[in-house]
Amino acid sequence: MGGSILGNRVLRKEDPKFLTTGGKYVDDLLDEPLLQNAAHVTYARSSVAHGRILSIDTSDAASMPGIIAVFTGADLGLEPKPSAFNPMATRTLLAMDKVRYVGEPLAIIVSETREQGEDASEAIIVDYDILESLIDVEQAMASTTLIYDACGSNVVFDTTALGVPENTGDNYFAGCEVVVKGRYINQRVAPCPLEVRGAAAAWGPDGRLTQWLSTQHAQGAPEPIAAANGVDVAQVHVKTPDVGGGFGAKIGTYPEDLLLGVVAKRVGRPVRWRETRSESMVGLGHGRAQLQYITIGGSRDGKVTHYQLHAFQDSGAWVDMGTILAPFMTRPMSSGVYAILNIECRTTSVVTNTTPTVAYRGAGRPEATAAIERAMDMFAAEIGKDAAEVRRLNLIPKFMEPHTTAIGGTYDVGNYEESLNRALEASDYAGWRKKQAERRANNASKQLGIGVSVYVEITGGVGTGESAKVEVIEDGSARIYTGTSPHGQGHDTSWSMLASEQTGIPMDKIELIWGDTDLVPVGTGTMGSRSLQQGGNAVYSVAGTLAEKAKSVAARLLEANEADIVLDKDKGIFHVAGTPAVSKTWADLAIAEKATGGLVHSDVIGVAGPTFPFGAHVGIVEVDIETGKVTHIAHYACDDAGTVLNPMLLEGQIHGGVAQGAAQALLEEVRYDDDGNPITSNLADYAFISAAEMPSVTVIHMETPTPNNLIGAKGIGESGTIGSTPALQSAVIDAVSHLGVRHIDMPTTAERVWSAIQQAC
Amino acid sequence: MKVTITVNGKTHESEVEPRTLLVQYVRDTLGLTGTNIGCDTSSCGACSLHVNGESVKSCTMLAAQADGCEVTTIEGLAKDGVMHPMQTAFMENHGLQCGYCTPGMVMASISLLKENPNPTEEEVRIGLEGNLCRCTGYHNIVKSVLAAAQAK
Repeated sequence: MGGSILGNRVLRKEDPKFLTTGGKYVDDLLDEPLLQNAAHVTYARSSVAHGRILSIDTSDAASMPGIIAVFTGADLGLEPKPSAFNPMATRTLLAMDKVRYVGEPLAIIVSETREQGEDASEAIIVDYDILESLIDVEQAMASTTLIYDACGSNVVFDTTALGVPENTGDNYFAGCEVVVKGRYINQRVAPCPLEVRGAAAAWGPDGRLTQWLSTQHAQGAPEPIAAANGVDVAQVHVKTPDVGGGFGAKIGTYPEDLLLGVVAKRVGRPVRWRETRSESMVGLGHGRAQLQYITIGGSRDGKVTHYQLHAFQDSGAWVDMGTILAPFMTRPMSSGVYAILNIECRTTSVVTNTTPTVAYRGAGRPEATAAIERAMDMFAAEIGKDAAEVRRLNLIPKFMEPHTTAIGGTYDVGNYEESLNRALEASDYAGWRKKQAERRANNASKQLGIGVSVYVEITGGVGTGESAKVEVIEDGSARIYTGTSPHGQGHDTSWSMLASEQTGIPMDKIELIWGDTDLVPVGTGTMGSRSLQQGGNAVYSVAGTLAEKAKSVAARLLEANEADIVLDKDKGIFHVAGTPAVSKTWADLAIAEKATGGLVHSDVIGVAGPTFPFGAHVGIVEVDIETGKVTHIAHYACDDAGTVLNPMLLEGQIHGGVAQGAAQALLEEVRYDDDGNPITSNLADYAFISAAEMPSVTVIHMETPTPNNLIGAKGIGESGTIGSTPALQSAVIDAVSHLGVRHIDMPTTAERVWSAIQQAC
Repeated sequence: MKVTITVNGKTHESEVEPRTLLVQYVRDTLGLTGTNIGCDTSSCGACSLHVNGESVKSCTMLAAQADGCEVTTIEGLAKDGVMHPMQTAFMENHGLQCGYCTPGMVMASISLLKENPNPTEEEVRIGLEGNLCRCTGYHNIVKSVLAAAQAK
């Protein structure tokens, strides 16, 4: 008898393909019949950050070799459309009246080869009336120059407009013995999936538009694509090939995606588009970009009683998803894991002349966690206590029923002190403190820094359930249709494990279908760490119902009572209890049901609510105090994601998350010069973290199941990032705190660390 | 211009533009799309393949420079349906997620072990510095390479 496959370290079914032929990404669809004779699309982009467009001259470009057509917004008759988050902000998909950031698309070149298109894009001449470039949120709020005139302000979203009162200011802390203030920058970073954006579009003989898209959410795409093409949504078929990473930045559609069908129709040919990395660094949405003003207050014995946060979210040059992450993701999580009785949090989102911001791994929660964790460190430093112990003193005690914080966040289950204990123990926190003391006593040039974070985040906050369909075909194999959209997470393996558990059909006889809006019309995609707890949960439920349905078919075929039928999951056969010699296979049942619609079950399975994974990280760094160079030498991560389906995949998510958190804490930042020119717009200039800058990560397991879904799972995609970033920033500051340094903004580059040491000495 | 290049054991005579990069030749001319393009500054290594047995970022080399050379891509590694030990090590150690950096990472890792058959963890990390991955945090990639070294 085999046990349950769930909870096992099952190797990935999808790997042999990726390892032997490589994936089939959107730029690899060479054999696709609808894309034969496809032309290439290249976008010409703004080279200035803010300016009125006086003229766009495409005549030279249009006459270059291999150029099929060149289109501006005027040529295509584009109309301004409002943002979903602030209807006063409107833009055309190609810039027409003005440009608002370097990289904004303003013309389309259609060419025989990609190289010809790139050559021609250089020959498009744009005359601008340059306007003041607003690169920083405070500069943008203070300026009379407006990025969207109709908004009347560069502030495009504020929690006060939602009825949330303004923060009350310093009076709030009147009764506190200890009050600490800070101004912290949660810097702008680039998501950098290894595969940049790409798409292809073809109009079929049936008059429908097929669009291939490198996306995290195919089902979200038909509507905007239909609108851009002026057709009914039923006329649009979106297909998702393999996707080379997304990290939040491929959730939505971009102007470059939406215009491909329009162009394909104009030139009467299918078209392909794939940006270059240098385009991607300014065209794909950026993440984070939050300026935080923090005040924390409490008693000298370490109890925090008051906390106030005003977060200024840089929206970039469009009112995109980044705008709403501060009010709807950062604010509800601002209390973190702490029982703070008095909290105020206001958020203000501001447009600037920079690349629009979108969701990026964590999307609003890393910012909330970084703010409260930095505040806790500052508070601990002020009262001269150990930062881990001050945290412990303020943690919300273990709860197995929903807990609501003072700011109004309601968490499912939590056991924060246990995660802190496990992380401190596994890391030998006391041992590291001892080593640190020795190096300090010896005035060593390389000092140790130890950073601790304790966090809680929200996952599955997007969507209230997910679709699943499971069908068994006549050869006894199964197909799963899921509304989630894997791009590295391993859904083929995980969803097969769940369906196999319920049906006894072997994993290698289960095929996963996703991201095709004809085959899977309903789906919320993969984002916000929702996939397993909603999509996997739905597969588990639907496969279970299908197995029950199958019993009634087996009963009919075996001329027995349905109640007497058992499914032997080890063999994948149905028989009457006690008489296994006479049985029916899944194939038998599928053949029997073929005439009446097949052996299939389909449903949308809801969940009780989002879940709140939590944990604690300990990051260890070595800082060369003569040069400021930081080396990340060890990392311990205790992340509680509820019931674990496949520990191997869970660990992979944690490892990747920790690396992206380390990248933000230590290395990466998107920078602009004063005129709004990006100065990190390729992978040679942007400090993308590499293997040489990471240690191996120690994963510490902890499982507190959530009651909110059938399988007890919470999300794990983003936890590693949320926990590691503040732990590492804290570790760097800790390494030089004995020299008088209290704060260093991220990324803690050698230059910043060295400067902080010089200023403190 | 005409080039003669042997790719995965098969010799191809092709007409290419002088500016054609080796990666474009492999992908566009031969249709071998396992080799990916991840950047335009030779930073990411997604296009790593072997030229005369040595790992090369194929965006840094012209097809013309590979004239007369033996090239191996990810598609040429498995023999008779049996994966190369490095491919197996990546599979067994979950050394890949989205798969985009994977072909280049595998090719670079094979080359690394050829130069240094018994590397330390640090040597693997430094050796793979030029191959970027956004999914795995490198932890399981490093583990895969060390496992492949052990398996020899």
